[in-house]
Amino acid sequence: MLTVQFLLLGAVLFCIGVYGVLARKNAVMVLMSIELILNSVNLNLLAFSQRLDSIDGNTFALYVIAIAAAEVGVGLAMVLLIYRNRRSISLDELSDMKG
Amino acid sequence: MLAADLLVAQNIGFGLIALLMIVGALRVVTVNNVVHAALWLVVVLSGAAAQYLLLSAEFVAITQVLVYVGAVMVLFLFGTMLTRAKIGAEADLNNKNWAIGVPVALLMLGVMTWVLIDGFGDEKLPNPDQQVPVQALSDDIFGPYLLPFWALSFVLLVAVIGAIVLARKD
Repeated sequence: MLTVQFLLLGAVLFCIGVYGVLARKNAVMVLMSIELILNSVNLNLLAFSQRLDSIDGNTFALYVIAIAAAEVGVGLAMVLLIYRNRRSISLDELSDMKG
Repeated sequence: MLAADLLVAQNIGFGLIALLMIVGALRVVTVNNVVHAALWLVVVLSGAAAQYLLLSAEFVAITQVLVYVGAVMVLFLFGTMLTRAKIGAEADLNNKNWAIGVPVALLMLGVMTWVLIDGFGDEKLPNPDQQVPVQALSDDIFGPYLLPFWALSFVLLVAVIGAIVLARKD
């Protein structure tokens, strides 16, 4: 297997995730797109872990998974709070701090 | 089985799973139904776990299934359930400026593809004869990376407490 095939798969997933973050209005969908981005990063970490014959990439990937779980927990709690206060989780209505 | 045959099988497996993941990811960002998007995300995350197995990262693959497909997906479905009255197709899940995302993503993809092919070309991954041993992984986590592990535990604790504080009713 080539190194570049895993890196390219990671790049494609990353770009799809970036598109999702930019294009989606629903806050839950934006969080899902962020998960896509984090997974593409993990794919790269593991590919380099094998390329360099080092185990550190696996450790970093596990840490990224744990941080992603924490991020989703706090993110969904915030979305829930926004929904409770405004009856909507549409991100383009959250423009109170716009200058 | 010959090593070359095994390599061909690995490449075919990679191609099929990669195709499934890309289709799933595109559905996640284009489908008009939040629950369907969550289920397509399950496809992508499971495919990622399979790719980790191909990269001989057994433990990370199992953790991916446990944490992402198990826990994070349930969180997403609960979030969908608690923030929306109706579960079904919805017309306007996209921003009004959603089209700007397409050139941005394509530009990034183009630049990254160019850089990656230029940098790595047809370099072959070393073919390990075994999966990463879990014992070595734990030695790595609880040895040189003990301090990040400790910080990570603290972050998780804070996140759990923060989520409870944010989401409670009063």
